[in-house]
Amino acid sequence: MPDRTFAPSRIWIYLVVSLIAAAWLAPLAVVVLNSLRTNEEIAQGSMIGWPQHLAWSNYAAAWSGFCVAETCAGIRPYMLNSALITIPATIFSTLLGAVAGYAVSLWRFRGDTWIYGIVTLGLFLPQQMRLLPWTIVLRDIGLINTLAGLVLIHTIQGLSFTTLFCRNYYVAIPHELIRAARIDGAGFFRIFWRIILPLSGPILIVTVIWQFTHIWNEFLYGVTFTTGQQQPVTAALIALSAAVADIPQHGVQSAAVIIAALPTLLIYLLGGKYFVRGLTAGAVK
Amino acid sequence: MAALSIRALSKRYANLEVLKDIALDIESGEFTVLVGPSGCGKSTLLNIVAGLDRPSAGTIEIGGRVVNDVAPKDRDIAMVFQSYALYPSMTVRQNITFGMECRHVPKTAQDAAVANVAKLLQIEPLLGRKPSQLSGGQRQRVAMGRALVRDPLLFLFDEPLSNLDAKLRVEMRMEIKRLHQRIGATIVYVTHDQIEAMTMATRIAVMHQGRVQQFADPDTVYRYPANLFVARFMGSPPMNTMPARLESDKDGLVAVIGAGRPDEVRLRLRDYDGAAPFVGRDVVVGIRPECIAEGSRAFSGEAPVLVEAPVDMVEPTGAETMVSLRLGGEPAMARISPDIRPAPGASASFALDTRRICLFDPETERLIA
Repeated sequence: MPDRTFAPSRIWIYLVVSLIAAAWLAPLAVVVLNSLRTNEEIAQGSMIGWPQHLAWSNYAAAWSGFCVAETCAGIRPYMLNSALITIPATIFSTLLGAVAGYAVSLWRFRGDTWIYGIVTLGLFLPQQMRLLPWTIVLRDIGLINTLAGLVLIHTIQGLSFTTLFCRNYYVAIPHELIRAARIDGAGFFRIFWRIILPLSGPILIVTVIWQFTHIWNEFLYGVTFTTGQQQPVTAALIALSAAVADIPQHGVQSAAVIIAALPTLLIYLLGGKYFVRGLTAGAVK
Repeated sequence: MAALSIRALSKRYANLEVLKDIALDIESGEFTVLVGPSGCGKSTLLNIVAGLDRPSAGTIEIGGRVVNDVAPKDRDIAMVFQSYALYPSMTVRQNITFGMECRHVPKTAQDAAVANVAKLLQIEPLLGRKPSQLSGGQRQRVAMGRALVRDPLLFLFDEPLSNLDAKLRVEMRMEIKRLHQRIGATIVYVTHDQIEAMTMATRIAVMHQGRVQQFADPDTVYRYPANLFVARFMGSPPMNTMPARLESDKDGLVAVIGAGRPDEVRLRLRDYDGAAPFVGRDVVVGIRPECIAEGSRAFSGEAPVLVEAPVDMVEPTGAETMVSLRLGGEPAMARISPDIRPAPGASASFALDTRRICLFDPETERLIA
């Protein structure tokens, strides 16, 4: 049981922690508050202020009425784009990473450590470095400015992480399980499907959360490879702020930002405890 | 028919030769135990027989068929692992049927086979449980059930009792032996425990440094160890081995331990004609601890050789008393009656049974006679 008694020396700890938390949360607080203030209110006062009356209409406008680029359908279509990119790319990269991690951790084959090394090398390549190769690839296979192109990019880029996660989880599985299954007559995929995958719950949750947040929040590829109606919401938010050159629409913009951030927040709230647990799984036996 | 034939088999990893020129013929229905210290190659050999590892040279025949290039699943074998290797997410029933499922055995035949094996091993109440809900002994049974249900030509056991506590280990040992007697299966069993080897095997292959040192029935291995390694590995405590000098007089051969010392021990040897070429040379004398007893002991038949020897230490075990003593200055262990406790530091009288002495060549370490 933790010690619940309050010692005066702890005041300092609380003070420091509160200051850090406040600094961390201040931008979020400003955005949340602005999302509930009308434009006039923000224009008359300052960017920082308490809402005089709650302007929920900002959210409705951001969702479906506001004009982005040449269309006035709010950020809804772009949210849909992001979902259509993120969900398949998360599923594909997680499953492929699980199979790859299973192969390099539980099957010995010539060059296995090399292959694993090359796959995880992808973790250390800066994103900007990969822009040009991807441009050429997408152009040659005709997927420039398509959602499918972004799904492909995120699936492949994600493999480095998902393979690393799953491999490190699977190395703890005893090899005798694989041997027993081979004698029983099961092959590579049957062993994966029937024996390894049912044991993978914790690591799959970690990988899915990780991939989902990263792909949803990703901006550079989205803004580089798609335009107009094909953009994910992160790229569309920029277009939104560029489109309102005449009068600043801070209230609606703030609401749009919050809507765009909601899916990853929800994922984390739902799976966060598995995430922390899964990250440390294996570290402490 | 030989159930398993291994010929000229070797295995090397880079520069390390872990198995050297292994040759074994195992008859159908035999319970063969591969025993040796860790790192002797016994588990590697078992994995090669199972097809989980490939030999560098040599052939393996199972049931008269060369299986070098046959996949593990097609070798007609079943294996029980040290960790049991039960599939954690499956129930006991699914664990047992998984192999049949892979081989597309019809559902009704699967059910019949499970019922049969579950009855044999008395695991019927466990069929719906997951491995994590089982005790060590129950897991062991399920692992055996998974092997038995296959009804293979050859059963392979890889240290199956090592993870059990001492009491359960003895129980399961008897159970496996009983099972072998009942179903007459051919078993190759790997262990580092020489007691398991002695108690269960019909034949023992003692392995050391990648070679089979001796392949014989337990009595022969115990009574006539092929070399000093086997003599010192089998038996608990192992055979006493002491340097000695072989002499001869008008009555025959005499082995002298500590020759020239005031307390030298002269052991008269009868029917050791094979040792004649070693007269006048150094040998190693091997005496089992049970062949050294308290002075009043009469070994069946002949009068024993009586020796006064200094006692170093006394270890009562309840069933007997173990005594470390010195014979001609050489350390030795004796196994005496439990109610006799010689005083450490003093001398006591011991009776030696010289009929079961082994003589080894100190150069080659091989058994002479």
